[in-house]
Amino acid sequence: MPHIALTEGLPGIRGPMVFSPETTKPLCELVQVLLTGPHTLTPAEREMIATYVSSENDCYYCQHCHGSTAAQHLGGTDADYEFIREVKQNFEGTRLSGKMKALLNMAGKVQRGGKFVTPADVARARAEGANDKEIHDTVLIAAAFCMFNRYVDGLGTWQPQDPQVYREIGQQTSKLGYVGRDYKKPLEAIAGKRRGSRG
Amino acid sequence: MAFSPETAQPLNELAEVLLRAPNSLSTSDRELIATYVSSQNDCDFCQRAHNAVAAYRLEGNENLVDEVKPDFQSALISDKLKALLAVAGNVKKGGKSVTSERIEKARQQGATDKEIHDTVLITAASCMYNRYVDGLATWAPTDPEIYRRNAKLLAEREEGTENFNWLQEQIAVRELLDVLNAFAQLLDVRFDLQCQSHDR
Repeated sequence: MPHIALTEGLPGIRGPMVFSPETTKPLCELVQVLLTGPHTLTPAEREMIATYVSSENDCYYCQHCHGSTAAQHLGGTDADYEFIREVKQNFEGTRLSGKMKALLNMAGKVQRGGKFVTPADVARARAEGANDKEIHDTVLIAAAFCMFNRYVDGLGTWQPQDPQVYREIGQQTSKLGYVGRDYKKPLEAIAGKRRGSRG
Repeated sequence: MAFSPETAQPLNELAEVLLRAPNSLSTSDRELIATYVSSQNDCDFCQRAHNAVAAYRLEGNENLVDEVKPDFQSALISDKLKALLAVAGNVKKGGKSVTSERIEKARQQGATDKEIHDTVLITAASCMYNRYVDGLATWAPTDPEIYRRNAKLLAEREEGTENFNWLQEQIAVRELLDVLNAFAQLLDVRFDLQCQSHDR
């Protein structure tokens, strides 16, 4: 049960976002800039960084939302969802590029704390072709998700376990992004179940 | 922030809303939360910067801020703020460290839903800013006077205006002074400069 009174039926961060619209605006703008739009890292790659950090922080809601969004950017098939699961568990062993593995390594260090990032980590990323912006954005995505994960878990938000909820969130987010959204609108995967249970 | 203005804009707006917008928690209380969390995360720049702003908001009481950081339970602050700092300490470790009992203690001291929400988000955001600053190995000046002057300008500026250019200018001036004085030692001479207030 959430630690504060949040709108019932809104999963994860949606409850706090509706509770506090003044902070929601810059939060959505930040993640919109970081994860969408033109970039040398694809939207799938940037969502993977967010997903990996969220799984390292053991945040169920965030890792499944962004994992689903990443999988949708890759094509949305079951194989894509399985690939994201592999990235979370052992990205070094996947078919990801050397650059992405080096950036995920950096993200993992940021997750533990900024000072855990070593010159060797940065050198590895540069040797794999990462430029300043890619390094900057990897650090900031990782740092931002250390915020979002604490926000979502720190308020004790409701985090449904139904995979269909996250598939729907991933489908919406991969198409619509993070700004200009109506986060009060119930998800069909949740509303449909409630209608069904009422008979 | 100068490297990436597109992300600087929402980052600044978030800090503005969290730490300066009207709130039942005072600006000094909110800055103390940010300072405490930044010290727990061992982020030099952030704790110095927020330390200075918190002290400014407390009419220059740097001693109180210095007491809060290592042991807030013994500091001369309200019981409500102590309970919220305890929540912040949990959030810093990880969101799941926050227990219902911890929240209940804050409610018993009069904390509202919004104050609990804002404490959690200030803490979470601080964990982001601390990692951003340290993750890129940014340079932090050590002269406390730079932070005091910056805190005064931050506190007094109109909402939405920025003073990072002034901070950068002051750092550059002091760096230049350090270089000049290093040479001047050879000649047994010392350079100094009165820092002027920035006119807006």
